[in-house]
Parts: sequence; C-alpha cells; structure tokens
Amino acid sequence: MDNPDLLLLARAQFGLNIGFHILFPSLTIALAWFLLYFRVRYARTGDAAWLATYKLWTKVFALTFAMGVVSGITMSFQFGTNWPGFMNRVGNIAGPLLGYEVLTAFFLEATFLGVMLFGMNRVPAWVHIGATALVACGTLLSAFWILALDSWMQTPTGQVLEGGVLIAGDWLKVIFNPSFPFRFTHMLLASGLTASFVVAGLSAWRLLRAPGDASALRTLRTGIMVAAVIAPLQIFAGDQHGLNTLEHQPAKIAAMEALWNTERGAPLVLFAVPNAQTRHNDFAIEVPKAASLILTHELNGEVKGIDAFAPDTPPVAPVFFAFRFMLALGGLMLALAWSGAWFLRKDRAPAPWLLWAFAACTFSGWLATLAGWIVTEVGRQPWLVTGILRTEQAVGRIPEASLGASLTGYVLVYTLMLGAYMVVITHLAGKGTTAAKEARA
Amino acid sequence: MNLDLPLIFAALMGVAVLAYVVLDGYDLGVGMLMPAADAREQELMVSSIGPFWDANETWLVLGVGILLVAFPVAHGVVLGALYLPVAAMLIGLMLRGVAFEFRVKAEGWHRELWNWLFYLGSFLASFSQGLMLGRYITGFESGFGYLLFGLVVGASLCGGYVLLGATWLIYKTEGTLQKKALAWARWGLLWVALGVAAVSVATPFVSQTVEMKWFDFPRTLGLMLLPLASLAAWIGVWRATRRLSRGTAGAADWAPFAGAVAIFVIAFIGLAYSLFPYVVIDRLTFWDAAAHPSSLKVVLVGALIVLPFIVAYTAFSYYVFRGKARPGLYD
Repeated sequence: MDNPDLLLLARAQFGLNIGFHILFPSLTIALAWFLLYFRVRYARTGDAAWLATYKLWTKVFALTFAMGVVSGITMSFQFGTNWPGFMNRVGNIAGPLLGYEVLTAFFLEATFLGVMLFGMNRVPAWVHIGATALVACGTLLSAFWILALDSWMQTPTGQVLEGGVLIAGDWLKVIFNPSFPFRFTHMLLASGLTASFVVAGLSAWRLLRAPGDASALRTLRTGIMVAAVIAPLQIFAGDQHGLNTLEHQPAKIAAMEALWNTERGAPLVLFAVPNAQTRHNDFAIEVPKAASLILTHELNGEVKGIDAFAPDTPPVAPVFFAFRFMLALGGLMLALAWSGAWFLRKDRAPAPWLLWAFAACTFSGWLATLAGWIVTEVGRQPWLVTGILRTEQAVGRIPEASLGASLTGYVLVYTLMLGAYMVVITHLAGKGTTAAKEARA
Repeated sequence: MNLDLPLIFAALMGVAVLAYVVLDGYDLGVGMLMPAADAREQELMVSSIGPFWDANETWLVLGVGILLVAFPVAHGVVLGALYLPVAAMLIGLMLRGVAFEFRVKAEGWHRELWNWLFYLGSFLASFSQGLMLGRYITGFESGFGYLLFGLVVGASLCGGYVLLGATWLIYKTEGTLQKKALAWARWGLLWVALGVAAVSVATPFVSQTVEMKWFDFPRTLGLMLLPLASLAAWIGVWRATRRLSRGTAGAADWAPFAGAVAIFVIAFIGLAYSLFPYVVIDRLTFWDAAAHPSSLKVVLVGALIVLPFIVAYTAFSYYVFRGKARPGLYD
C-alpha cells in the first residue's frame, strides 16, 4: 500500500460505521427475548401493567432496531466501496455467509417486526407471540452468521486453494472454526448484559422520577436478576475465549498483556503506558511471574511476547487499554448486579443510591462491548483474514477527497442519530412515569 | 445436470432489484409526498407504509448481497465507481429510516425537524438511486453530458417513485387524502412520461452497446412491443385514476398501483435487455465476474429453500395489514 493516509481514512470510516452499528444489535439481540417474556407474561396474567411494560419496551426496541437496520445497510455497501480486495480474495467464503444472513435472518426480522409492532389488534394473541418469538430468532440467526464470518476471519479453517482461488473445502469447518463457539457465546452474553443493564437502568430512572411505580419496579427486578446471572457467566466465557485466543492468535494476547519480549516467568502488567517507539512499558505496575502462571499454569512458563511475531504485530497500546477498560467495566457490572440482587431480596424497596447507580450504568454494556470489539479487531491487525489477507491489501483506491467527504457526512449523521436516540429513550422512560402517575391520579 | 449458475444469479439479482424498486419505491414515494399533506394526512400516510418499509428495504440488501456473493469482482467495480452517490443514498436511507421512529416520539419543533428529515431522506435516497442507475448505464464515463444524463435519470426515478407512492395511497386510503393522491398520481404520470421518454431517447446516444441492441432491424420491430406495452400501462393508469376521481361505480382502487408497477416492470425488462450480458457495461459480463461455482451452489441451495418462506410470510404480512390504512398505528 503506497498511501498510508488512504488506509487510515478507510479504516477510520469502517471503524466508525461498525462501531456505531454494533451498539444497536448488541441491545436488540437480547432485548427481543425480554420482550417475548413481557408478552408471554401479559398473555398469561392479562395484567394491564405487563401490557404497558411490553408496549414501552417495544418502542425502545423498534427505535433501536431501526438504528441497527439503517447502519447495517451501510455496512453491506462498504465491503464493496471501501474494501474491494476483501471480496476479491475471500469472497467465495464471506459471500455465502453474508448471503445466508440476509436470506435467513433479515427478511424474517423485518417482516415479523411489522406484525409485532403494528399487528397486536389484528392477529390472535398466539400469532402475535409467535411474531415476537420469530423476531427474537431472527436477531439470533443474524448474530450467528455474522459471528461465524468474523470468527473465520480471525481463525480461518476449512478453506482450500483451487487453481489460485480460495474456496470453502468444508463449510462446517468454516462456520464452526476454532474461535466461533467462544466468540458467539461471549457476544450473546454481552448482549444479555447490555440489554439487562438498559432495562434496569431505564427502570431505575423511571423510579427516581416516580417512586413506587409498580411496572418500573418489576422491570428493574427483571433486569437486575438477569444481569446477576449473566455477569459471572460472561466473566467465565471471556476467560475461556482468552485461552482460545492464546492458542490461535498468541500475538493478540501479547498485545492485550503488553508483553514486548518473550520470557520465562513473565510478569502480569496491571497498568502501564505501552511505548511503541522504545518497545517498552512506561510507568509499569507489574505482578512478577503472574502472566506465566495465568497463561501457562507454571511460574516459569514461557510466554511469547510481541517480538516473537515481528513484523506482523498489532498495535499494543489500544489493545492493552481497551482490554483493561473492558475488564474494569465487567467487574463493575458484576458488583452492581450482585449488590442489586442482594438489596432487592425478598421484595425490599430499592434505595435511591442503588437507583442512581443503575441509572448511571444504563449504557455500560455498550462501552464494554465496544472495548471488547476493539481488543479483538485491532488485536488481529495487520491481518484482515489471519495469514491470508492483510488489511492494507484489501483497501480500495477511492479518492481521498471522496473518503473525507463521506466520512464527514457519516460523522454528522451518526452524531445526530445517536443524540436523538438518547434523548428519545430517556424521554420514553419519562413518558412511562407520567402515564403511571395519571393512572394513579 | 450442468446449471448456468451465473445466469441464474443474474436473474435472481434482477428479481431482487426489481422487487426493491417497486416495494421501497412506493414507500420512498410516500415519503416524498409528505410536504404536500397536512398533519392528519401525514399520519395516515406513514401508517400505510409503517409495517412494510423495513422488509421492503431488505430487498436492497438482498440485491447488493447477490452482487457481492455472486459477482464479487463487479461488486467492487460498481460500488467503487458509485462511491459518492452510494454514500448519499445511504445517508438518505438512514435519515428516513430512523425518522419513522423519531417523528412520532418527538414533540414541538423536533417533530417538524424529523418530518423534514423524513422527506429529505426519501428524496435524497431516491435521487441518488436514479443517479447511480444513470452512471451505471453509461459505464461510469465522466464528462458533462454523462453527468447531465445521470441527473435526468435521478429526476425521472423520483417521478417514478412519486407515481408508485401516490397510487399506493390511492389503494390504501380514502376520502380527501385519496382525492389528493389521485391528483398526485396524475402529476407523477406526466413526470414519468417525460422522464422515460428522455431517458429512452438519450440512452442510445450515451451508449453504443445499447444503441446496437435496439437499432438492429428487423429485431427493432419486435422490440417496439416494449414501449407500446409501456404506453398501454400508462394509459391504463391515467384512465383508472380518472374513473376513480369521477367516482365511477366499480372503479378499482388497486388498479392505478397495479398499472404503475407494470410500467416499472416493463422499464426494467427494457433495461435488462439493454445491458445483458454485462454486469458492468462493455467491461464485465456476468460470466467474467462470477464467483466460484462451489460458492454459488451453496447459496443457490439456501436461496431455493428460503425464498418460498420469504414470499409466504411477506404475503402473510400484507394480508394482516390489508385494507385501508388507519390512523393511530404508532401510539
């Protein structure tokens, strides 16, 4: 690649788009199952409060889903506009996976979303519940295909070269590649945590404005309980995912741990400022031999450092910081979910500090998810498809002025959309409280 | 059996693009007509497309998806050459897509803002699609004449979408809004007539390949059936709207929409004939650009299994939301 600015701009644009996009699916994948739960509870009990709950969260869902759809359409075009080399080289594998996502998931979600949102009074209850369930299945299928593709790009298996063309030799191996089960589980749990914190956080917000709102208290409980179950599972799944990465992408682990040099008895770097110039950590706080112990289960086990993989090494600092940020958020979410579960036991009323804490952490799942994706996507550089295609080989030759102009446009539109989204979501939560007040009055 | 896979995928892509243009065309058209309606009518207009727009837009993803899966080389060439109009279209689609949700939840001037963004997004997306089509037909040649041609196609496609949108509203609404829609449909028809005429006359001038395909006697005589059929459909829509405006007994409210769809189908067949067998005119044929047969087979199997389901539940959704649109869909 003769033009590093172009590559940087193209990466900035794609990173912005995919980072913006992932926010919304990571919420809807799990929120759909919350909706199904609310809908079924309403069908079982006939309680109007469950109906109101369902309707409120359906509005949040519809808005989030629309944001995901429109930013997702952008992605499907950008493969061609920004990364033509990607489809040229691995199109025979990436293409069918994306094709199956469109065919099996997108139409299913989009069509039954219409029935779910607007059909409640037009179809029998069981059809409406079915539509809600199909929307939930659609979001899950979509995640399945896209994570299969991403995992294959990280740890490719099942492909063969035939006459210089890369094709799938064994589709099952392509889909169920070594990192897929871990990444898929990790992402689904991330979605579960994101959604349960949004549900708990917005409910806490409603309770702060209208204490004693029964419907908000109920969803607060639901959100906290789900989070309390998922948070420890996620920490376990993340650890397993890390061990899988150590086996298949050791360079990423070296970057996550900021280990510049291969050594026996490697220290665990708690905090540092990785310096790419000197290939050293400044201001390092380390636990001697701990990295060796964790990664190899031996005090003097050998851990490969960045130097072992030169020159194909990822940038260390962003991966290192993003990883620590994700861990810190994970710990915070676990602590908060468990304290919430403890203080709400046996139908106790929530204390204001607890409500404030959950309201403040409404979107903590988004931050953790973004940090996690930065770890895994920056950590696989310079490869786009590990060992097969470099990122710089895939970028298209778009005039920089066009790239710059469209990037500016995307930044403006995304800022507007995200701002409006936040305003409307909090506004919706507020509306729920006024409705509850009127109902009491 | 030896299947001609690239040809099959070219046909599938054609069907997906045609489905997209007709389906999203009517909801984009309704979006462009919004400023001409009052607040109460706007609610009905949005209600008439609310349950469908998302699935309609999915056909675009399928069309681009097939281009990506089946003709990866062309995907890069086409979308790379159309970089800016594609970005403009995407921004338009984003704005209108979220405006559906935001405009009902916002209040005061925010609501006005999202109404305008809904309208502007619909227009930007439609116009960019026309511009893309114009650039595509001319093989992405640069120069003032080609740009002008692209702008004319952009304007014509907007007219076509307005016609689809207006006739959709004739079908889905009643009373004063339907009366307004009848007038809009008339304007849309005139706009389309001008656009189709201009584009048909200009296309042979901007592309020799297209000229040779159409002006090759005696085949030309047979090909004249297409413009004739198009004219017949046009007259059909005109008469159907007149019957409805006069309140003639037995006038079908769906007839104008069906006629408008027919105009699009005929124009599409003409276009497909002009371009075949190129996926990038004069440069790449479908066979040159095709992906490896093993990938095509795997996708074809999936498509053959899943497409009937998609058609079935799409039909189910149109059945659930049959009849005239009612207000208060978004409450």
